[in-house]
Amino acid sequence: MTDASMQSPETGRHTVSLTEGDARTRKRAAAEKRFRAYGIIAIATGLFFLVVLFASILSQGIPAFTRTVVSVEFTLTEPQQEEAESTLFKTKAYSDLFIAELNKELAESGINVDFDEAAIERLLGKIGGTIRTFYSENPDKLGEPIQFDLAASSRVDGYFKGRVSRDTLQDSRFLQKSDLDLVDALKEAGIIKQAFNWPFITGADSGVDNPGGAGIGASVIGSFFMMLVVLALSLPIGVAASIYLEEFAPQNRFTDLIEVNISNLAAVPSIVFGILGLAVFIQFMHLPQSAPLVGGLVLTLMTLPTIIISTRASLKAVPPSIRDAALGVGASKMQAVFHHVLPLAAPGILTGTIIGLAQALGETAPLLLIGMVGFVARGYPDGFLAGFTEPNSAMPAQIYTWAARADVGFYEKAWGGIIILLIFLLTMNIIAIILRRRFERRW
Amino acid sequence: MNDMSRVERDVDTKDIKLECRDCQVYYGDTHAIKDVNVDIEDKTVTAFIGPSGCGKSTFLRCLNRMNDTIDVARVHGSFKLDGEDIYDKRVDPVQLRAKVGMVFQKPNPFPKSIYDNVAYGPRIHGLAKNKAELDEIVEKSLRRGAIWDEVKDRLDAPGTGLSGGQQQRLCIARAVATEPEVLLMDEPCSALDPIATAQVEELIDDLRSRYSVVIVTHSMQQAARVSQKTAFFHLGNLVEFGETGQIFTNPEDPRTESYITGRIG
Repeated sequence: MTDASMQSPETGRHTVSLTEGDARTRKRAAAEKRFRAYGIIAIATGLFFLVVLFASILSQGIPAFTRTVVSVEFTLTEPQQEEAESTLFKTKAYSDLFIAELNKELAESGINVDFDEAAIERLLGKIGGTIRTFYSENPDKLGEPIQFDLAASSRVDGYFKGRVSRDTLQDSRFLQKSDLDLVDALKEAGIIKQAFNWPFITGADSGVDNPGGAGIGASVIGSFFMMLVVLALSLPIGVAASIYLEEFAPQNRFTDLIEVNISNLAAVPSIVFGILGLAVFIQFMHLPQSAPLVGGLVLTLMTLPTIIISTRASLKAVPPSIRDAALGVGASKMQAVFHHVLPLAAPGILTGTIIGLAQALGETAPLLLIGMVGFVARGYPDGFLAGFTEPNSAMPAQIYTWAARADVGFYEKAWGGIIILLIFLLTMNIIAIILRRRFERRW
Repeated sequence: MNDMSRVERDVDTKDIKLECRDCQVYYGDTHAIKDVNVDIEDKTVTAFIGPSGCGKSTFLRCLNRMNDTIDVARVHGSFKLDGEDIYDKRVDPVQLRAKVGMVFQKPNPFPKSIYDNVAYGPRIHGLAKNKAELDEIVEKSLRRGAIWDEVKDRLDAPGTGLSGGQQQRLCIARAVATEPEVLLMDEPCSALDPIATAQVEELIDDLRSRYSVVIVTHSMQQAARVSQKTAFFHLGNLVEFGETGQIFTNPEDPRTESYITGRIG
């Protein structure tokens, strides 16, 4: 009552015109403006770093998708093959035939350059062996003109991509200054050129001295099989555990303890799961080393808490009125959950699962501990089941292995691998978004 | 409603459908319902009135064991539906709820088609042998819910796309689709406008010919309009229970009188 009497028009606080705004309102407006500015700055900073990240990944990684090839049209007749096979140094005979062909093509283009067999070997490796193997595997190709696309050595590749320059090159058994003259000549003749690097996408890891031949294909397959294991285990286990905890479990000390532990598990460093996997799955259960199956099991342990937490959150978000409605018409608890609650929670569950899988896809440390290191990925598995048990690597472990190698040729491979990893991730996310759209319902 | 059914009803009202004795409900340490004795008669509308928090909704939810879903709630006492104790260990609440249907305060259709909303109950209870029978049940229920004419051309449309009043009538249709014997309504009109309320009240009057209806309401006018029996709850106690006309015109307890005249609550 006293307040009301004090707010007489003469002494009241609301005497200022509405169009002016008093000091207090102006202060609040300023605070709001400042807060908006902070938000915009935060987003802009984030975007800036994102752009920097993508620009550096793309600029460093794209060269991995091109390779330098020497393409020569080469014909080997049957008498030539017989003659070569009768000599003592068979591969040298093939090599000589190839060099003769190369010289002919250079002469046709009107370019004169001196080179010897050693130079060709520095450029292309042991070319004679490659040709001999090809013809012994494909005898029906004899006499036909065959286009040979031979990968140039990584130093020649580096010369094309600006990694190796004439001024800084030191003559070595890998490459000499004089070889670069030959490369230039071949380039002028159109024999050596840049091509899309399919072997990088489809190939397997190579030795430490052959960055040019390294491909990520085998470890993509390794990651794929690991994700299959993670999805097949963590989704049903995670969803079942969350449904039980959220809808059925009584509220008591024991379930509280479980909840606290699940939340804590989500924060456990991944390398701890790696050690656990090594001790339990490999040393105790004697599962095969370096196998995507074991990697998948370890990553499942890591992913489960994420999936459980997000699934429980999305189950909680389903309005209780839907449960009441189902129970009210006489549905059992399980029917209410599976017919009504779960479909409504499905988009949220899917989001949580994809976040968990994305984390698992990018995880490196635990894989290194169970032996899924990059150099293991030397070939493709022999079949679907072998994909789970044969030693393989995974993309992030492969990238790590490449980045750690001495030869600078592997550096761009690592960046290229990151691009492939991001594409893999993007594909997974797009599938999830499509599924989410399909599940989404309004209520 | 013709005169024939009215005569029938007068005969039937003698039966007691649901007999509740010495009912106690505890929420943790809170004693929410104290010593309540109520007899719900068959083919009668019974209204529970009282101020907010007096326990009328809690008591209503005891009648089809919806309180089972609340961990901290404990229910004592005897609730006999046709002479059988519904809190007997052998009773499956699922079966009970098919007999004792419920309509909630907020319209809560499933985010499915109108058809599926109504067909859900009959489906899970196996009431229809084939699609034709199910269609029949859906149509009959929607007619009883007084919404058939409005939705018959769009049974595939989502139930959540209807207006509030239509949604509530859809929920009533869904509740009657399982052929319950008792229909519990927890403030069914509190989210509706006067026109939708009038429609639902008319519907309740129709439903009385087949079911015994228990309705919780905040509106005393509504209780007076739709019910034959009224129970007044206050602070967890059943203060007065009797013929609606008597409660509103000549209440015995001074608390009832105060509430009805607007002095408490």
